[in-house]
Amino acid sequence: MPSITKPLVPQLDLPRNAIGLTVRDYEGSMSTLCAGCGHDSITAALVRALWELAVEPHMIAKLSGIGCSSKTTAYFVHGAHGFNSVHGRMAAIATGAVAANRDLLYVGVSGDGDSLSIGLGQLCHAMRRNVRLLYIIENNGVYGLTKGQFSASADVGSTMKKGAPNALPPIDPIMMGLASGATFLARSFSGDKEQLVPILKAAAAHGGFAMVDVISPCVTFNDHEGSTKSYRYTRRHEVRATEADFIPIRREISAEIPGNGTRQVQMHDGSLLTFRSLPEGYDPGDRALVISYLQERAANGEVATGILFVDEKAPDMHERNGTAMQPLARMTHAQLSPGAALLADIQRAWR
Amino acid sequence: MTLTAPTRTRVNDFALKLANVNGTGSASANSLLMQAIFRMGVPVSGKNLFPSNIQGLPTWYEIRVNHSGFVARAEEYDLMVAMNAQTYDRDIAEVTGGGYLLYDSTWPLDPRLIREDVTFLGVPFAHLCNEHFSGARERILLKNIAYAGSLVALLGIGADTVAQLLEEKFGGKPKLRESNQLALRLGVEYANEHFACPLPIRLEAMDGNDGKILIDGNTSAALGCVYAGATVAAWYPITPSTSLMDAFTAFCDEYRTDAETKQKNYMIIQAEDEIAAIGIVVGAAWNGARAFTSTSGPGVSLMNEILGLAYYAEIPAVLFDIQRTGPSTGMPTRTQQADILECAYASHGDTKHILLFPGDPRECFDFAVKAFDLAERFQTPVMVLSDLDIGMNDWVVPKLSWSDSYKPDRGQVLNEKQLARLTAFQRYAEPDANFVTARTLPGVSPLGAYFARGSGHTESGVYTEIPDEYQQVVDRLAKKHRASARHMPHPVIERRPGAQVGVVTVGGCDLAVREALDVLEERGVPADFLRVRAFPFGEMVEEFLAGHDVVFVVEQNRDAQLRSLLTLETGVDKGRLRSVLSYGGFPLSARTVVDAISAELTPARDA
Repeated sequence: MPSITKPLVPQLDLPRNAIGLTVRDYEGSMSTLCAGCGHDSITAALVRALWELAVEPHMIAKLSGIGCSSKTTAYFVHGAHGFNSVHGRMAAIATGAVAANRDLLYVGVSGDGDSLSIGLGQLCHAMRRNVRLLYIIENNGVYGLTKGQFSASADVGSTMKKGAPNALPPIDPIMMGLASGATFLARSFSGDKEQLVPILKAAAAHGGFAMVDVISPCVTFNDHEGSTKSYRYTRRHEVRATEADFIPIRREISAEIPGNGTRQVQMHDGSLLTFRSLPEGYDPGDRALVISYLQERAANGEVATGILFVDEKAPDMHERNGTAMQPLARMTHAQLSPGAALLADIQRAWR
Repeated sequence: MTLTAPTRTRVNDFALKLANVNGTGSASANSLLMQAIFRMGVPVSGKNLFPSNIQGLPTWYEIRVNHSGFVARAEEYDLMVAMNAQTYDRDIAEVTGGGYLLYDSTWPLDPRLIREDVTFLGVPFAHLCNEHFSGARERILLKNIAYAGSLVALLGIGADTVAQLLEEKFGGKPKLRESNQLALRLGVEYANEHFACPLPIRLEAMDGNDGKILIDGNTSAALGCVYAGATVAAWYPITPSTSLMDAFTAFCDEYRTDAETKQKNYMIIQAEDEIAAIGIVVGAAWNGARAFTSTSGPGVSLMNEILGLAYYAEIPAVLFDIQRTGPSTGMPTRTQQADILECAYASHGDTKHILLFPGDPRECFDFAVKAFDLAERFQTPVMVLSDLDIGMNDWVVPKLSWSDSYKPDRGQVLNEKQLARLTAFQRYAEPDANFVTARTLPGVSPLGAYFARGSGHTESGVYTEIPDEYQQVVDRLAKKHRASARHMPHPVIERRPGAQVGVVTVGGCDLAVREALDVLEERGVPADFLRVRAFPFGEMVEEFLAGHDVVFVVEQNRDAQLRSLLTLETGVDKGRLRSVLSYGGFPLSARTVVDAISAELTPARDA
């Protein structure tokens, strides 16, 4: 299965973003996933979001683990460095990358197997460290590359293609994030680009670990009757819990007066996140309230989507560490080595 | 209670062993003695043989002094300081005939334990301390300083030197200083009043330690990382490597933190496990930072998969493996050299790594710097295989040196201008003389973008399942590993006139083996010496092996791992390599080597 390069046909009439690039500049190589795969829709939303954010492609770093989802880092922003690592370990590799250079936008793409089984521990720890990283879980409830075993996000009673039901309770990454100190948690649906694009943009602007759990049906192994991660099921059970607009800092912020029930969050980089619609009594900054709201929705069999929790004040990994603003990877040796004279001095302690 | 005849006088050439209960403060008294002897200019070593426990189990400390510098573990103790009644029987049994035993005579000694050929020196330490100090904890702690005081008198350790050391340690804390000085004096005075001090085994100041320092390998490795310019460190606590990261943290706090802004030019991450630790290192190095982790055997086991990723995706990584006794949890506080094969071929698939083997703390410093240069030059993991003995014990070594003209070897990394001149950047194409291909760093230029992956890839870094494309890359990796041999630290070789046999060893076995070779030469068996310092081995090792019909390979593991690696990776006929193995968990002694080689050679000569 070789990689297929997309031909770069110049299309002069395509709209350009703030730095003069078209959406094609944010695409990657051709997807080798199954036709109709939810992951490809997420890739498309991501391309759109990054184009709209007008990030310089080489200032993006793409990281992934192993699985169908993890292959998608090849399918967007060909001008960005990519790192397709090992199964379940992207979070740690991204943590190291962020440690080395705090100036880039890090996009991690993972799946439910990669994140909720083999990589569960690393995901939790990246969240509690508040590593500045947009972390997408392309969640289809199934292991695709190994042909259809249940993953840890499969719901109780959800059935395999041949009818066998899943008996084990699912791990919900949002609930886990709320319990592990995550600072940005969102859920969306690969079939809902209108909602997904602003969520991805807000997540990219978040000053810490931003997890976006995207229900992404597997057309080959988990899109049948009886699946709770199918297009049909998700469309029927999705409840947009919150609806939000994201206004990047580059665009002039109009003096919109927040209407009734709206709430604004100033993002780390100065951009604005405005919740247009929130359920009554819902506060996306109140961990306990969000937990109880989501538990109620889940009990009703509903899939609550939207930006579900935001804490923009928590320090990220670098702020907590007190790291210099200059990326560590760009420091010169002269900045880092104490020098010969000091070595003589240090060694007095060992006489 | 003096029961036996005096030993002949031996100045600056004896060994003592101190038997204590762990968690009672004996470690500081023992290192105080060691440091005082060091300051007297006498070559000395201290081996802490401690349990994997916080408090209450037996622990031993061995000090050996030798004017010629042979301070490997002795295994023959001229003086035992028996401060742990739980282990009296075996401690008393270990004293060399004609030797001495210092014990706490507050309580009577079981007459059955008394040996006629050993001089028993009783000092009522507990009684003395109970008389002069009030708190229970204080009494226990100061008992150690009191026995140190008696040793000062018995062995002729400079009392001023010890007093000065206490002053340096407690200068800012007058109460502690007073109590420590008093405890020391109690021990000195009692010994002087009751015994003929100093004993025939004793110390005299000399000038053997000029230009030297007393340091453990973990501290010096950490300092090497600071000087090498490492900025990202990730680790998971594990004995015996923890003190390496503790030291790195302390150095960075001091030398890498802006005095005014308090901003840090480093990040140290205590990871959730060793898998994450090496993942963080690889992520940081992929992104252009000098990054490292420190661990021990169990950690290396966990790191295997990501080490394979770094090998195949060609990402630098530096790993310090402070080896301990395996397999599995093994004996966490005991030393061994049993991770050689694990590290050489870490991870599944065809992998082969660069290993550096420091022999003492000074080499830990030098090789730490070398490891970063090699890792970036060859874009691959480099593992520094130290061990518990080197890492945690204090060694007398020449001062560390540094040249401000040092330029880090960052390897082949293309900058924005270089990329602009290329028609198309291909990550794994156009190898240099070392079979290394240029890499690029994220955040520099869109022209340098590539996809690092652990899956099969072409010279462009693109996924492939085509045999030729796959083999092209992995064949180059094999050549790259071979080519790196020319850049490794040379082995240490010492030849003796008339030598027929060769002795090859590694790491901290160095001193014991050299001492053994002196003894063997005296017995008419001169042998040539080689200590490997890196893998791949290189030509000098090949030539040495080829030049001797019999080569003894001395190492500290059961399965002769160095010998195995030599047979696999050099052209030597394996029948020529004979093993001398020591793997009980304590540092190697010369006697072990002498006995093993003598036993091997003697029947052959008789035949």
